[in-house]
Amino acid sequence: MPKVTIDGIQYEFNPGETIIEVASRNGVEIPHYCWHPRLSVSGNCRMCLVEVEKMPKLVIACATQAMDGMVVHTKSEKAVKGREHVMEFLLINHPLDCPICDEAGECALQDYAYRYGTGYSRFIEEKNHKPKRVKLGPYVMFDAERCISCSRCIRFSKEIAKADQLTFVQRGDRVTIETFPGKEFDNPYSLNVVDICPVGALTNIDFRFKARVWEMSATKSICPGCARGCNIDIWVRNNEILRLTPRFNEKVNDYWMCDHGRINCFKFVNADDRIDGPFVKKESQLVLVNWDEAVSRAVSELKRFKGNEFAVIASPFATLEDNYALLKFSKQILKTNNIFFIPHIKPGDQDDILIREDKTPNSTGLRLLGIDVSKNDLSLETLDEKINSKSIKCLIVVEDDPIAVKPELKNAIQNLDLLIVFATNKNKTTQYADILFPAATYAEKNGVFVNFQGFVQRIRPAVATIDVDRSLDGLAQSRWDKFGTEFDKWARGRKVNARSDWKIISQIANALGGKFDYDTSEDVFIEITQNVKELANLDYETIGELGYQIKSSKLIEEKILV
Amino acid sequence: MAVKKRKKDLNFFERIYIVEILKGMMLTLKHLFKPKFTRQYPEEKYVQPPSYRGRPVLVMDNGKERCVACGLCSRVCPALAIQVQAAETEDEKERYPELFEINMLRCIFCGFCEEVCPEEAIVMSKDYELVFTKYEDAIFGKDKLLVPVEQLKDRLEFIRAHR
Ligand code: SF4
Ligand code: SF4
Ligand code: SF4
Ligand code: SF4
Repeated sequence: MPKVTIDGIQYEFNPGETIIEVASRNGVEIPHYCWHPRLSVSGNCRMCLVEVEKMPKLVIACATQAMDGMVVHTKSEKAVKGREHVMEFLLINHPLDCPICDEAGECALQDYAYRYGTGYSRFIEEKNHKPKRVKLGPYVMFDAERCISCSRCIRFSKEIAKADQLTFVQRGDRVTIETFPGKEFDNPYSLNVVDICPVGALTNIDFRFKARVWEMSATKSICPGCARGCNIDIWVRNNEILRLTPRFNEKVNDYWMCDHGRINCFKFVNADDRIDGPFVKKESQLVLVNWDEAVSRAVSELKRFKGNEFAVIASPFATLEDNYALLKFSKQILKTNNIFFIPHIKPGDQDDILIREDKTPNSTGLRLLGIDVSKNDLSLETLDEKINSKSIKCLIVVEDDPIAVKPELKNAIQNLDLLIVFATNKNKTTQYADILFPAATYAEKNGVFVNFQGFVQRIRPAVATIDVDRSLDGLAQSRWDKFGTEFDKWARGRKVNARSDWKIISQIANALGGKFDYDTSEDVFIEITQNVKELANLDYETIGELGYQIKSSKLIEEKILV
Repeated sequence: MAVKKRKKDLNFFERIYIVEILKGMMLTLKHLFKPKFTRQYPEEKYVQPPSYRGRPVLVMDNGKERCVACGLCSRVCPALAIQVQAAETEDEKERYPELFEINMLRCIFCGFCEEVCPEEAIVMSKDYELVFTKYEDAIFGKDKLLVPVEQLKDRLEFIRAHR
């Protein structure tokens, strides 16, 4: 294999690789703005200048292919000086906006100016003025003064989002970015440009000015918006989610996530319509009670029915652990096989990039457990008949909203003798519940989701519920979380009184004589691995941050995996 | 054990004390006739030099705060006394503090917030009289923090001169 020497160390490379690719693969930092591993090479920012022996001038590492025997210096005097000069040029017209710029704290221009700049400016003339606060599309705001014309956003739209909506206009120091006349920048992936923009020229309108980046904690999790299960970071301040950003996972979502996931998949966690504490129906009113009362009510009510008088709706929004506990509860305690889930497919809403038709994060996981959309000719379609004919008298709904999916179900549901609902937020079904348990959302619990490719991926709690303590339970902490006291307003964020479904189910099951002996969700998961062949020998640590892929030709044949 | 020897043995007059007592009384007597420098606080107030660090206040310029809610003061504050929540404004500066609170029970009057502020929007005032009877009263919001720039002139000049 050919070898290239970078800063005195030899690295092997594949013919065709550029210097910056070899360097970044080996953890050698070459500062850059316009180069991005997934975009075409543009070579316009000039930040990646390096010195190559026997070449008369400095070369840009992003567009120079490595050659056998090449000797590259990234820290030689010439290279350092070259970078300083590039930095100086980039800063000439860059406004002193850091105090109002959302990028501050995660800005490549700030970081590189600090590390590779000279620390002072020789430019005393008036800076260039360009439009600020230009709304490019529904989610993206553009500040032309801050733009360093790296063209990443343009290349992203064209090459990754396949929506060629942005372009440079003008030239020289007047160059700026625009959409085509009369068009908006509104593709389903538009917000990724905010992440890849090295400066604060493109900002997320939804997150704009909500918080400084250093005030939040980040938790590695999974987007619950569709069966892709994009890897994300959940950014939390004062126990409130403020934004989601994609987390790199080459095999699942690469560097990206869709706008739907980013904008819509966290607001329900903070919403006012969260179910806060357990409720039971008394004199046709749902009344807030304590956990013990709700559980003992459920226990005594459940004893009135037997076997196939029960129907159980599992949830592709809940974790594998939750659904396993529910399945075990149905089989061992209720003694019924009447368990199914409601599919949430949006036909046609799918592309070759990320978005999947299946709008739930864990339907593959449910199928893996053996739960399907119908069971013994029981499904959402036949549910109302069976309730009306009194063959089903008690329904348990976990994290789903059957009435929203099928409005005709409303009458049948009122004919039930008992309806137990586990829900995160108020929905069309919750009001009819006889017992309503508050379920923790994906951002408040541990567990795994299985995506459509068979990736078993971990979610972790980012928001504390009432019985969770950020520091004792190992949640990510910002500086504010670490030092706040009960007297500080900024540390008194709302904590919802909710629990993971598996916990609530186990409590009921144990009161009914079951053996649901779990302390943590990993205990449940370990039991799953003993029962589901494809997951054998897995544990949370093996799954790790990037997930574990199940490979099974049998599952592909059965159309459970693609 | 060896007997400790005094560094300086007292002589006879010192040992009878009377002379020494008289000397002390003379000093007291002298001061009786010297000008007094006791200040009759609170009737008579102390006028501080501009270097004095009283409670931090927000500079109000043309009826509005200069602050752009960058959060740097809040970040640098070693006592975590400052909470800032930014919001968007139609003004040219784009951003303003929707909420700005200093917990005066946390503040240690270090002046770091003033030093870090990129907008000269928060300065140390001369106000040192801080008395509260309730915890909530100690949390100063924008109503108590905003002070017209005219009243802060000498401090602003001082920090510019000593930057
Ligand atoms: S807006 Fe950002 S990503 Fe686009 S060209 Fe300007 S600096 Fe680069
Ligand atoms: S593609 Fe799916 S999983 Fe990824 S961000 Fe969008 S909704 Fe979430
Ligand atoms: S003076 Fe010091 S302690 Fe007081 S608010 Fe400013 S930075 Fe915080
Ligand atoms: S540092 Fe100055 S501009 Fe920034 S938030 Fe504090 S007072 Fe406002």
